[in-house]
Amino acid sequence: MSAVPEARSTSIDVARVRKDFPILDRTVRAGRPLVYLDSANTSQKPRQVIDTISEFYERHNANIHRATHELSEEATEAYEGARIKVAGFIGAADETEVVFTKNVSEAINLVAYSIGNATAAGGPGRLALSPGDEIVITEMEHHSNIVPWQMLCQRTGARLRWFGVTPDGRLDLAAADQLITARTRLVALAHQSNVLGTINPVAEIAARAHAVSALVLVDAAQSAPHGLVDTRSLGADLVGFTGHKMCGPTGIGVLWGRRDLLDDMPPFLGGGEMIESVLMDRSTYAPPPHKFEAGTMPIAQAVGLGAAVDYLTEVGLDAVRAHEQALLRRALLALGEIDGLRILGPAEPADRGGAISFTIEGIHPHDVSQVLDDRGVAVRAGHHCAWPLHRALGVQSSTRASLYLYNTADEVDALAGGIRAAQKFFGTQ
Amino acid sequence: MQLESMYQEIILDHYRHPHHKGLREPFDAQVHHVNPTCGDEVTLRVTLKDGSEPVVADVSYDALGCSISQASVSVLTDLVIGRTVSEAMAVCDAFGELMRSRDAAEPDEDTLGDAVVFAGVAKYPARIKCALLGWMAWKDATAQAMAKESP
Repeated sequence: MSAVPEARSTSIDVARVRKDFPILDRTVRAGRPLVYLDSANTSQKPRQVIDTISEFYERHNANIHRATHELSEEATEAYEGARIKVAGFIGAADETEVVFTKNVSEAINLVAYSIGNATAAGGPGRLALSPGDEIVITEMEHHSNIVPWQMLCQRTGARLRWFGVTPDGRLDLAAADQLITARTRLVALAHQSNVLGTINPVAEIAARAHAVSALVLVDAAQSAPHGLVDTRSLGADLVGFTGHKMCGPTGIGVLWGRRDLLDDMPPFLGGGEMIESVLMDRSTYAPPPHKFEAGTMPIAQAVGLGAAVDYLTEVGLDAVRAHEQALLRRALLALGEIDGLRILGPAEPADRGGAISFTIEGIHPHDVSQVLDDRGVAVRAGHHCAWPLHRALGVQSSTRASLYLYNTADEVDALAGGIRAAQKFFGTQ
Repeated sequence: MQLESMYQEIILDHYRHPHHKGLREPFDAQVHHVNPTCGDEVTLRVTLKDGSEPVVADVSYDALGCSISQASVSVLTDLVIGRTVSEAMAVCDAFGELMRSRDAAEPDEDTLGDAVVFAGVAKYPARIKCALLGWMAWKDATAQAMAKESP
């Protein structure tokens, strides 16, 4: 009799998880234990990922898809195997919907340039833009989901429009009917804000966009690391995310797209490996995903991303999220008690991820983060590549702490303690 | 705690009580410089006075930023106002040199005056741009003002 599969534990053995991340053992600034609260910037890497990359270079290194020797077969299998793992991780219909890129910025630029190329070629119709067409983004976007669209609008004469943000850090959906109209061709938005932590109602916005036949692109850089991307329910047509924020290496990102859409999209970068046939007067292109993967790709990095997917799946994404939510509640409470501290974004954990940006009255974020750094607490200070959002919230810059599976309650307390120390150092409290 | 090596008392004093702050008329050139990594910004005006050699008559500014960038531009105004442009440029170059030294060079106190306290900042690569923001703006504004004077 087959046993019912054992329910996956919803709690993390954080001490055991931390042992997987060698860097968490080191000290910083003259002997301070590292308190790494900058995972929204880039995550740390587990031994399993580091070893997979080393093993690839030590045992299997070769170029892919273009040699008949055994090493090339192994390398190709590892690379394409990573694609299958990623497809499973995000619920893709199949792995041909998974395009490897350098990062999210490249994934979004790929789409923007593909649309630009379609516009120049006068089709296909669902991609080509005309003056008067509109692209809708939001004020809480990372620059990587703003600038490519500004550039596309400059090239095509399309108009860029913006969802505003409410004072508590949510998208202002009241304006949705005015923003998403018959003129809308594409809606591009973050799944989870890298500054506010806000998780946006993508499915709801996507339904409105699809009702006017607009495409929906989702920047999932901050949500994919927490296993929040299920392309079957998200409602998006295109999704970008990056490996290095989800325990994988730098240099590898993903663009997921519906296969019929990827079929229609003209290529972005031309070169080796993306072709079907090259003649002197024209070329024809390989089917997706290879149509979008010109030149030698970051092979070892893709393999490393596959290992990261395996690692996160093994730990259990439900458990990862439950752990982060518990830390987030603790952090919101602890920071909420500090006089002069303003949390940017939702103060409650509902529909919110573990990035917490804040300002401290009378102390510039650079100075806050410097005091934290002196105590071993690594955070980010500045505008976090979200300048329009900071302007909308009326702040010049902020300090951001961000949580991941390896963080502990003690580290949250170290953050709160460090902020109080900064207030003492600068004499504001 | 290593913090004190960066946040010298003189720096904190300038931060809390900045010298020559505010935008004043008349001026020969105005620039707006931004540190794109953190969004800190400074609007800075330079007024020159003609003579046998041009002299920095006034530097006025409005700035948004961290203690290091604020204190740095305040110290700058103390050091360059009243000097000839060539003397002031020498101070600016010495300050740039100090920031690039990663704390290896012995700062030239005769040239740099109070600005030697920024030697501690040079140990923190992420903060060097903060310290240089006002100086780069001053250099730019002064070059523009000079270009205007000698068409």
